[in-house]
Formats: sequence, structure tokens, C-alpha cells
Amino acid sequence: MNEKKRKIRVLIAKPGLDGHDRGAKVVVRALRDAGMEVIYTGIRQTPEAIASAAVQEGVDFVGLSCLSGAHNNLFTRVVRLLRKKGAGDIIVFAGGIIPAPDIPKLKKAGVREIFPPGTSTRDIAQWVLQTAKEL
Amino acid sequence: MNSLIVRRILGGDVGAAARLMRDLDDEIPAARAALRGLYARAGRAHVVGITGSPGAGKSTLADKLVEAARRKGQTVGVVAVDPTSPISGGAVLGDRIRMQRHAADEKVFIRSLAARGSVGGLSRSVFDTVTVLDAMGKDLIILETAGVGQDGIKVAGAAHTVLVVLSPGQGDDIQAIKAGVLEIGDIYVVNKCDHRYSEQLARSLLLALEGTAPRDGWTTPIIKTEAVSGKGTRELLDVIGAHRSALVSGRAWERRSMNMARTAFMELLETGAREFISGELAREKRWRRTFSDLASRRADPHSAARSALRKLLNIKACK
Repeated sequence: MNEKKRKIRVLIAKPGLDGHDRGAKVVVRALRDAGMEVIYTGIRQTPEAIASAAVQEGVDFVGLSCLSGAHNNLFTRVVRLLRKKGAGDIIVFAGGIIPAPDIPKLKKAGVREIFPPGTSTRDIAQWVLQTAKEL
Repeated sequence: MNSLIVRRILGGDVGAAARLMRDLDDEIPAARAALRGLYARAGRAHVVGITGSPGAGKSTLADKLVEAARRKGQTVGVVAVDPTSPISGGAVLGDRIRMQRHAADEKVFIRSLAARGSVGGLSRSVFDTVTVLDAMGKDLIILETAGVGQDGIKVAGAAHTVLVVLSPGQGDDIQAIKAGVLEIGDIYVVNKCDHRYSEQLARSLLLALEGTAPRDGWTTPIIKTEAVSGKGTRELLDVIGAHRSALVSGRAWERRSMNMARTAFMELLETGAREFISGELAREKRWRRTFSDLASRRADPHSAARSALRKLLNIKACK
């Protein structure tokens, strides 16, 4: 039997207390339309719950959205927890209201890409498809 | 390599189990070898299917059943199926939203699956995913189908106990006497029982089920729940447990298990046969004659299919 193409699986999550998930849902739909299987966890998630869900779901990517300003702490914790659970190979990307000076710090901490407000959903989908090739 | 994976999974390694589930879902041949080692260790879990129309409350109910089962000290696996887009091949798997509060509980393993072209509310890899959870020692495995209409009955061959979830406001009482989904339930759940039409729904359901002969020594009950608040869900878990006891004492447990094995086996045979046949048909040259005979009405489809099957599958006597 011939080797079939793997489906890309992505978990989209909103860590912390911010409850605004319109943006996250738009990304969920864009990735679905790009042919991916997207698991959405809903709002107000702890980093622990996000990391556990990512491991159980066997995803390739975790996309985090945060509009509250707590991104430095929350995103970094998700990355760290994934590594602790032996899932450091899961690629983390993020979006939301992220001030430019924070971006290099987050990237250094292991968030692969940050999509600030104004990013087109097509660019995000394209980036995921492109990055998936290295898996 | 494979035995290492098997050992890890049997030892409770969630990451290894999740990766194997992924490989099985993606139909990676090497994963099937690992499954062999797990299959022999599975077969102890109580598999409970939850089916019903979209929005009936299946995920919320599953969430509350997980809670109730954890309170009893049971370990739980959840497999939740959502539809795949026939257009993009993508899927939004959103059942988890309702159950996410159990994510950090080590005794709960929740896995979302996309149907990937399978019909009837299940995914092809559902059986394999259940096997992995079962081998990991989960006491209870909840199998939530994608929202189904009137013919989503496949879950009956994939679970020991089938819950059919209905909610008020989805049509008149004739809907309740149609065939299909209303014949496969071991337990009927009228969810959203706070709704003003829920009594009416329970009544027409009762009428629809009246006179149905008990199956495996079990008369199908109707349980009212309000999953959002948790009302009735602990009782529901007790009824699920009672169904299991009834199956075990009436020796129907083996029969159901056998039926589940048969369904999974049949699914693989059908998939294999379909892939083989479409592979054969892809060799167009060989079939051009048949197709043109059919198009020009020189041959009829039944006879042509019969003779093709005889040739392809080497069946001597093909009806």
C-alpha cells in the first residue's frame, strides 16, 4: 500500500484570562480551509491544560493567542511544559497584541513565529504549511 | 523498536500512545505492527458510544460522565469524532472545548478524531484509537460520534453500550418512530430537560419504544439530563454501569465484544477491497471496453460488475 500524505494537526488555544477569541476562531477556520485538522480548546486555558491537550492530541503545532498582555509569561510556560513532557518537537506559534520589543524575547524562548494584528490568515496558513515540510 | 513503543504505552506513556494514534490515523504501515502488541492486551474496557444529532449535547454529556466516572475512581478515555470537510479535507475538532477541564487529569485521555471521509459518525481509525486506550488500562472509554442524522448507526458496532442523545425542539413525534438511530440505543437520553418541550419529547420517545422487545435482558430506559448543570448525569453513569452488569450476567458481553470485533474486521476488509478495486480501475486501458459497453448500453451494470468481481476477487460463485 502506498504511503499516504500525513494530515497536519494543529491545536489552537487561548491561555490566561482573556476571553476574546474571535481572532483565534478566524485562524481555526483559515487552517481548516487549508486542509488541516484543527483542535480548538476554547478560552481561559492554563498552560498546563494546553500542553497536556497538545500531547494527547498528537499535534504538530500549537498556536497561542493572547490579547491581555500576559503573553511573555504564558507563552513561555507552554513552551517549557511541552519540553518537560517530551513534546519539544511540537512547533509553537502565536498571535495577539504582542508589542514589538517582546517578539525577539519570545522567539528566543522557543516561540517559532509571532503574527501581530493585521496579519492575513492566508499568510498564517501558508507559514504552517511551509513549516510543516520540515517535520 | 515496536516492542519498545508497546512497552512504553503499556507503562502509561501518553506521548508515545498519542504518536501511535496519530500514525494509525495517518495509516502508517509500521504503526500497525505496534498495534499488534497492544491488541492482545486490550479487551477489558467498557466502551460506551454516544450518538445523536449535532447540538444535542453529546460533548457536554461526555464531560459530565468523565467527571462522574472519575469520582468513582475510574480511569477514562474519550474518543471524539467531528466531520471532515469534503472540500478542503480539513476539520475543526471542537468537542474538546467542553471537556478541556479534564486535560490536566492524568487519568483521563481525550483524543479528537476527524471522520476523514468515513460515514455514519465514526472515523476509520476509531477502532485502533479505542484499542490503544483500552490497552493502556482505561476502565471506561467514551466514544462520541460526530453529529448524525437518522442513519448514523455505525456506533452500534463499536460500543458495548450505546447512548442515543436527543434534545427537544427537533421535530414532531413522527421523527421518533422512524427507523435507524432510534433502534440502536441501549439507553436514551433526553438532554436539556429544563426545556419546556422536553416532557413532550420524553413522552413520544416512550411511545416509540413501547413494545420493543428487551434486548440482552435489558429494557431500554429513558434518562432525563441537563448536561450543562450536571443534572441527572451521575444517575446516567449508574445506568450505564447497570447495562454493563446486565450484559455480563446475561453472557451478552461476549456477544457484543464479538460483534465489535466483527465490525472492525469488516471495516478493514471493506477498506482494503475498496482500495484494491479502485487501484484496479485506475488501470484505465483494461476497463475502457467495459465502460464503453456500459455507456453504449451493450452491457448492463449488474452483469458487468458481477463478472468483474469474479475476475478481480477470484470469486468462483458470485451471486
